[in-house]
Amino acid sequence: MKGFIIKEFYHIFRDVRTMVILFGMPVVQVLIFGFAISTEIKDAKIAILDYSRDNMSLELSNKIISSDYFILSEILEDENQIETVFKAGKIKEVIIFGDNFARNLQKEQNASIQIIADASDPNTANLLVNYTTGIIRNYMTEKMGKQSMPIEINTEYKMLFNPEIKSVFMFVPGIITILLMLVSAMMTSISIAREKELGTMEVLLVSPLKPIQIVVGKVIPYVVLSFVNAITILLLAFFVFGMPVQGSVILLLAESLLFIIMALALGVFISTVSNSQQTAMMISMFALMLPTILLSGFIFPIENMPEVLQWLCNLMPTKWFIIIVKDIMLKGVGLAHIWQETFIITGMTALFIGLSVRKFKIRLE
Amino acid sequence: MRTILFILQKEFIQIFRNKTMLPIIFIVPLVQLMVLSYTATFEIKNVNLFIVDQDSSPSSRDLASKFKGSPFFTVVDFSVSYTVAEEALINNKTDQILQIPPGFEKEIISDKKSSLHVTTNAINGSAASLMNAYALSIIKDYNSNIIVEQLGLRQPPDPIRISSAFWYNPELNYFTYMVPGILVLLVTVISVFLSALNIVREKEIGTIEQINVTPIRKYQFILGKLIPFWIIALSELAFGLILAKLMFDIPMVGSLGLIFFVASVYLLVALGLGLLISTLTNTQQQSMFLTYFFMIIFILMSGLFTPVQSMPEWAQWMNKFNLIAYFIDVMRMILLKGSAFSDISRQFFSLLALAILLNALAVWRYRKVA
Repeated sequence: MKGFIIKEFYHIFRDVRTMVILFGMPVVQVLIFGFAISTEIKDAKIAILDYSRDNMSLELSNKIISSDYFILSEILEDENQIETVFKAGKIKEVIIFGDNFARNLQKEQNASIQIIADASDPNTANLLVNYTTGIIRNYMTEKMGKQSMPIEINTEYKMLFNPEIKSVFMFVPGIITILLMLVSAMMTSISIAREKELGTMEVLLVSPLKPIQIVVGKVIPYVVLSFVNAITILLLAFFVFGMPVQGSVILLLAESLLFIIMALALGVFISTVSNSQQTAMMISMFALMLPTILLSGFIFPIENMPEVLQWLCNLMPTKWFIIIVKDIMLKGVGLAHIWQETFIITGMTALFIGLSVRKFKIRLE
Repeated sequence: MRTILFILQKEFIQIFRNKTMLPIIFIVPLVQLMVLSYTATFEIKNVNLFIVDQDSSPSSRDLASKFKGSPFFTVVDFSVSYTVAEEALINNKTDQILQIPPGFEKEIISDKKSSLHVTTNAINGSAASLMNAYALSIIKDYNSNIIVEQLGLRQPPDPIRISSAFWYNPELNYFTYMVPGILVLLVTVISVFLSALNIVREKEIGTIEQINVTPIRKYQFILGKLIPFWIIALSELAFGLILAKLMFDIPMVGSLGLIFFVASVYLLVALGLGLLISTLTNTQQQSMFLTYFFMIIFILMSGLFTPVQSMPEWAQWMNKFNLIAYFIDVMRMILLKGSAFSDISRQFFSLLALAILLNALAVWRYRKVA
């Protein structure tokens, strides 16, 4: 048994390329995503069509483009150009000032501005229109003086768990989950399928090792590797992105270990139902990659999905792990709060192990 | 030419006789298109709200009923204790807490000024900002209502009329945005992985040596590997577009011919990338990993889920090599806006350059010696 585990370690460690990928990939990905991915909007390219060109419309345009959200990329002459610039795809929004902007505003209190957004990206369009409206309203209060409300209700906001609203806080738990799932489930499923495909599985099966020992031996090196990866990612999140660990670090590591074992069990299960590496990979790919991104609450909140899909999300182990990571790191809760999620992942682990044992063939076809 | 035909025949036979792979190639992606398109939305349709009413006056109950009446909010619970509410927030039982402090009504009547506290779970920052905006609009509404009720005043209209229009997708329908993007992902994932695993598989099994000793030329071999996947991926794109039209009613304003023209070049890039990975690696495991590595980066940076323009400069520069970003752009522009070739020429020529580069590298890297 010990010898067998050592053999597996050799298999993995002598393959330098795989090693580089295994350890380099999580680091590179966390860095790229941590810095590059954000749902906030800035530097959106806009065009302005100004029929007035008076001091006030220019002043307001300046206000809009000097904000972080917008960059002026084109000045239009007439309305026919709007369609052209939208089709060319660079410009996200066009702001149109009506005639005699300054005069209408000052004399008649009745100036007009039209905002046209390219809603082929509805989320961005909506946010841009809101930002623009906000800037225009500010300008109005500035010009017309703040009209104090006769009765005023002040609302104080408190952003709990993420006061600076950093996107990283949302993404890091997701990235950890995706990477652990990938390394653990995919690596084991492929490595077992590989032995089958190359025929070396037969050699192992006729050896005095019991099937369970073969599988455990295959899995242990990946437990170690994935665990090292998990720690690396957590360290990066902590030191580079300032992601706090409010709760207990030991609990977090224990939960990660549980999740890794679940993913490995899933990997073993995939390998028992597939007869070649290619099939094993394609199953892991399609069963793991897009669903873990989309059905786990990594990017899109689960609560907004249709009922049926919310139900489907419950079957995704990644959903539960992301909740656990967020709860421990950001909310700082203890096991008492997350025992249900932990229990579900444990149950899934048991299920995958059970299924694999039943499916594992010790005879040749 | 005859040589290539024979290789093609061999490849097709190999693809179609593998009964586990066939459904994975043809059915799984389409099912995913149907299912996953429903998941991708930033819209918040329902906010779970916990109301902490420490005033329990007619005014505070009136405000609470405004929230209850709103289609955006579901009031999950009431309490007088903020601690209880925060506990619910920690347990994910609620997303937001509205706290009406004691003396709320009294302050409105005597001081004409009062305050409320809104606490939001901000782990998902953008969702939290939206929830705050919803809450604020209800509170503002309530505010102007009590001004009218108690003082009989109406607010003067704004001096600037702001009107907004959403072109190409006036109802801000998410499917219109996501379905073309997800279709691109699925087609890409299939073609990159199939080609990435192909040559390396022959290497691993050893059959590549049998091919190496035949008079087949390098380019013939690569072409023979490329063409079957190219045909499969194009037909998958066609199925996907039909599904998008029938099921999601995605507008198709532009020319479908143009889409397939760009797609035919795009797939060469995807397949070329796969082949290059295939020639660089020795085992399917390595190849799979490398592919996965690139795909995750390409997918998450493609602008499908998060806006590209808000990424830092270096990330946008990296996107010059991101094939998925180009094609998602092209699909959206042609399908939704009806852009013509001149509008997408930048993307097209970038893709063409990438196609030539990657395939040339793949042919060059493929060694006929063991």
